[in-house]
Amino acid sequence: MIEVDNISKSFGNNVVLREVSFRVAEGESLAIIGRSGTGKSVLLKHLVGLMMPDAGTVRVRGASLNEMNERELLTVRRQFGMLFQGAALFDSMNVFENIAFPLRRAGVTDEAEIEQRVMEMLRLVEMPGVESNLLSELSGGMRKRVGLARAIVHRPTIILYDEPTTGLDPVVSDSIDQLMRRVRDQFNITSIVITHDMRSARRIGQRIIYLREGQVYLDAPADEVFNSTDPVVSRFVKGEADLKEVELS
Amino acid sequence: MGSIVLLGGEVFRSLFTTRLHWDEFIKQLHFVGWKSQVIVLTTGASTGMVFCAQTFFQFHKMKMDNATLTVVGVAMITELGPVLAGLMVAGRVGAAIAAELGTMRVTEQIDALRTMATHPVDYLVVPRFLATVIAMPLLTVLTWSVGILAAYVLSVTVLGIEGSYSLRHLYFYVDEQDVVLGCIKAVFFGGIIALVGCYRGLNCGEGAEGVGRATNQAVVQSCIAILVSNFFLTLFLRGLLYP
Repeated sequence: MIEVDNISKSFGNNVVLREVSFRVAEGESLAIIGRSGTGKSVLLKHLVGLMMPDAGTVRVRGASLNEMNERELLTVRRQFGMLFQGAALFDSMNVFENIAFPLRRAGVTDEAEIEQRVMEMLRLVEMPGVESNLLSELSGGMRKRVGLARAIVHRPTIILYDEPTTGLDPVVSDSIDQLMRRVRDQFNITSIVITHDMRSARRIGQRIIYLREGQVYLDAPADEVFNSTDPVVSRFVKGEADLKEVELS
Repeated sequence: MGSIVLLGGEVFRSLFTTRLHWDEFIKQLHFVGWKSQVIVLTTGASTGMVFCAQTFFQFHKMKMDNATLTVVGVAMITELGPVLAGLMVAGRVGAAIAAELGTMRVTEQIDALRTMATHPVDYLVVPRFLATVIAMPLLTVLTWSVGILAAYVLSVTVLGIEGSYSLRHLYFYVDEQDVVLGCIKAVFFGGIIALVGCYRGLNCGEGAEGVGRATNQAVVQSCIAILVSNFFLTLFLRGLLYP
């Protein structure tokens, strides 16, 4: 479904991704983990054509994103929903208008249908009754939920989560994890989650890619990653610092 | 400069190939046109009166008092009206466009638009471009109208110039071509303000510093482009409109 072949990306002299390759199958749930600054978010943006690689190719259902211009990419992106790290809600709109936006863009003009689907999404993310609220009235966790509702309202077949639980307290993080699982199971959506929250990765990811220094260090089923005896992987999943690195820093 | 021209090309392509977002366009027209009235009214009135007084002081020495309003009128319609309205709108609207789009960029709202199969040019740039291009000539007419009116009131009530004689001179020396020239300039300046503001916002750097720099660049570059292009537009349009 999604094929990433040897993609590399640099910003000036800073090499962020080095010949990264992997495949994502239909309906699969993949978690990409790694330390901050290892290129996880950059990699995610390549999957939806928000960034183009310096080398290598990204294919979505056989269509090469590299060969498309911005207008051609719009058609491919209709298959995607994306929850951004800061939710990226439109602050000029209220909750209802934010969630209705993808529907209106997809050409839905029947206001009754739009209202019905927005309300359905708000119930799914357990936020009924906030449709007329302004974004300034929402907490960080509520914003993520609205962001999730907006990402799935047009029924995409692939959903991308960029650090969905970053900055949230453990209880809210847990509720977001549950929501992501519910969305995955209820709609049978292919899910790709970028995170450095190991609890979240374990709950969501059936398969896990560990990204280290811009390269795929390990690509394996979740159980294998969490039971790995490789000291690098083991230290990361347990959240233990490498003493040599601590001394150097 | 080349990138801004390319953005202009993308805007024209979008204008003729995609559906206009009317709600966004109306919102922008209200912001650019309706809400800019106070600043252009104040600028027009102030400039009209000061220019009238200074012209009168010089013309009075040569016993040409009745030509004062004519000079003010021609200058306001062909040069001062479009340029002053352009500079004021660049400061108010150009800065707001760059800051708004810049903030949308750093908070990933532009990326969110793109993932929702929406081209930022179609949704953000085209409505702002159209609104500014339509509002600018109207604001320019407002600027010169209030400027000439203020100059007329000052000249008749304070400077002792004969009103009907001045008005007859004004009608005689101001041509339709002057009005067309001023309006064409205003449309052009509106396009500059919108394109520079949108370009700077869409391409701003990271964080608050990036947004601040983009806003500053939008205002400075729009103002310089207006002042420089005004000279060449005057020469070009004079040759075109007054053969």
